[in-house]
Amino acid sequence: MDFRLPEEHETLRTEIRALLDRHVDDDVVEESHRTGTNHSAPLARALGEAGILARAMPGAGKDPLAMWLLSSEAEKAGAPFDSVGMSLVIAGVLDAVGTEHQKATALAGLLSGEELVCFGLTEPQGGSDLPAITTRATRVADGWVVSGAKMWTTMAHVADWVFLLARTESDAGRHGGFTVFIIPMDTPGITVDPIWTVSTERSNATFYDDVRVGDEAVVGEVDGGWAVMSLMLGFERGMASTGHLTPLLRRFRQWAVEAGVSADPLLRERMAQIAIDAQVSELLTQRTVWTAATGRPPGTEGSMAKVFATEAYQRHARWAQATAGPEGLLGLGEAGAAADGWIDYDVRHSIPMTLQGGTSEINRNNIAERHLGLPRAR
Amino acid sequence: MALDFALSEDQEAIADVFRAFLANECSVETVREAEPLGFAPVLWEKLRSMDATAMAAPAGEGGGEAPLAILAVVAEALGEAVAPTPLVEHWVATTAHPVAALVSGEQIATIAVRPSVDGVWSLVPAGAVAHWVVGVDDRELVAVRSVPPMEGPANHADAPLADRSARDGIDERVVLGPASAHMALLDRWRVLTASALVGIAQRALGIGVDYVMEREQFGRLIGSFQSIQHGLADLPGSIDGARFLAHKAAWAHDEGSTDGRGIVDMDEGVVTEFAPLAAMAFVQAADAAAVATDRVLHYHGGYGFSLEYDIQLYFRRARGWANILGDPARERLRLADLLWGRDEAVA
Ligand SMILES: Cc1cc2nc3c(=O)[nH]c(=O)nc-3n(C[C@H](O)[C@H](O)[C@H](O)COP(=O)(O)OP(=O)(O)OC[C@H]3O[C@@H](n4cnc5c(N)ncnc54)[C@H](O)[C@@H]3O)c2cc1C
Repeated sequence: MDFRLPEEHETLRTEIRALLDRHVDDDVVEESHRTGTNHSAPLARALGEAGILARAMPGAGKDPLAMWLLSSEAEKAGAPFDSVGMSLVIAGVLDAVGTEHQKATALAGLLSGEELVCFGLTEPQGGSDLPAITTRATRVADGWVVSGAKMWTTMAHVADWVFLLARTESDAGRHGGFTVFIIPMDTPGITVDPIWTVSTERSNATFYDDVRVGDEAVVGEVDGGWAVMSLMLGFERGMASTGHLTPLLRRFRQWAVEAGVSADPLLRERMAQIAIDAQVSELLTQRTVWTAATGRPPGTEGSMAKVFATEAYQRHARWAQATAGPEGLLGLGEAGAAADGWIDYDVRHSIPMTLQGGTSEINRNNIAERHLGLPRAR
Repeated sequence: MALDFALSEDQEAIADVFRAFLANECSVETVREAEPLGFAPVLWEKLRSMDATAMAAPAGEGGGEAPLAILAVVAEALGEAVAPTPLVEHWVATTAHPVAALVSGEQIATIAVRPSVDGVWSLVPAGAVAHWVVGVDDRELVAVRSVPPMEGPANHADAPLADRSARDGIDERVVLGPASAHMALLDRWRVLTASALVGIAQRALGIGVDYVMEREQFGRLIGSFQSIQHGLADLPGSIDGARFLAHKAAWAHDEGSTDGRGIVDMDEGVVTEFAPLAAMAFVQAADAAAVATDRVLHYHGGYGFSLEYDIQLYFRRARGWANILGDPARERLRLADLLWGRDEAVA
């Protein structure tokens, strides 16, 4: 085993850090908290212009290490990066199975950092059981008519595109009869309602009322949407954010020093445990990335990294809050707040980590069935 | 060379050799027969005949001077077999004290993990069977030879623990260096013991999967119950995490990232220095092994509590091999000092 990054990636890391330094300051972070939109247009554009997005896009023969470096450096810097992470996932899908037209339009837009995409997958009646969706695309003479509703369409209010999963054929079995579309968000018939959350981030419910699109919107094969989804979910799992313990620990330690309690063995013991869990999270994530780089699908490896890292983040954020006492309850920017309110933020921010992108239960099912070879329990 | 989670060809080859050897020479019957002392003399003789006892000692003294990364894969195989043999302790001790009788394996050496108190090292791992004990006595690192008692107190892991004197009734005493030289030895012991604990955890998980795919209740395999599946699904991540930490520590050691030559940058979350990685590997592996053996014993139902089933062998050693170093909370406190320095207590 070898734990050193290749030289070219150390160079890339330096380049990414410099870019983040230039484009992420307190104002940028505050703005993303105020608006609920985890996006910074200047940062996205800069990453696009530097060619970093094109380099970090996932896919066969691509550079998974570059993707991991970009997201882990962005996490450590606290940069509003979710939007760009989503762009990269869909860029990878379009690059692999998109048409020339889609590559010239949506893919080019996403890689430039100028355009954004949202994921229209989950529906009001469910997310884990994706094949149970009811949004339908009906064939008409000049294309398709899409009708239905999606839940948790994060970034929809700023996105240029929606990557939408719809039913295109009934009675086609559990995984047949779905088609994926890439649709401009300004197409008539699409509406967006905000969902406000426990954390500072906003999501959306989106509605599709007889939305008419042409065949150019079909991604992959008609009725072949499940193959496209497998690709997409695999890329999404590879992007799962697993690097939050490092900034949590940095902020907690900063508070402990300022509060004069950093010599307290109760705190030090737990901080050491957080440091261990941060290392384990990083190693499991690097193994996922390395697996992808060797050309194998890192399905169960990604599940192990996500479950371990996200649950550790929740556990330790909640401990940090309790340890900081009443000051740990105060929000971002409040006078006297522990670590300027970041501890409260981390507790909130960590909540959906075990839900979005596949819940912990769904990931444990995946490990049990595909890694341990246990029978399907559902 | 860059980021690579596969074992090297050398590591694969040596792991294959030892797994095959242990499959033949160290069945669970061997483990059970070696109880309660926890030492199988025949196994030691066979390890000698394949030069395993010389692997760690310096080349200049006739040893193999194997990198820690190589020893770690063997230690993992020893853990998988819960092998009743003090090879890890012997390797660590012979890096510091490579006399001929030890390199050849004619005699056994061990390391006292705690300093002596009034000239006595208490509960020394392999203390019941080792001729030589390397440890700290009176602020020096010394090697002391005396006759091994070949018995010790009954203990949780059926491990060959015993008290050994650093001064009385001894045949030979050699000063190896200042007490501080013990730290590097102990860090190697941490890494190799972590690897052995990873082996315990990995094999326990395998035993668990086999059992739940065989046992039926309510007309179904118990392995089809989701609560059992999820309890098992937690294990591979924590075991792999421990394995990677042990290998990262070994890598840091073999690359020379010791004595401050590696990186400890907690703001960026970058740790490549050997000592903190060794502590992390030890704590994580102890935890992974404790949890894996606990869950798998539990999923055996009542049978898990019976001596007849093998999981109890793993459960007891998961605790015994780790707790010999002391309270893991203290190990974490020591790690905090390595990562952030000692903070002044604020009044
Ligand atoms: C902040 C946030 C952002 C999101 N962004 C997007 C987005 O951009 N696009 C998008 O399409 N979706 C998005 N999602 C939706 C997310 O993917 C779903 O929340 C997730 O898939 C779970 O679906 P659900 O919320 O409907 O819960 P359900 O599927 O109803 O699950 C409820 C509970 O039951 C458990 N459960 C379900 N099935 C099983 C099973 N087989 N075994 C054991 N337990 C089970 C789940 O683990 C969960 O705890 C987002 C969610 C959040 C919270």
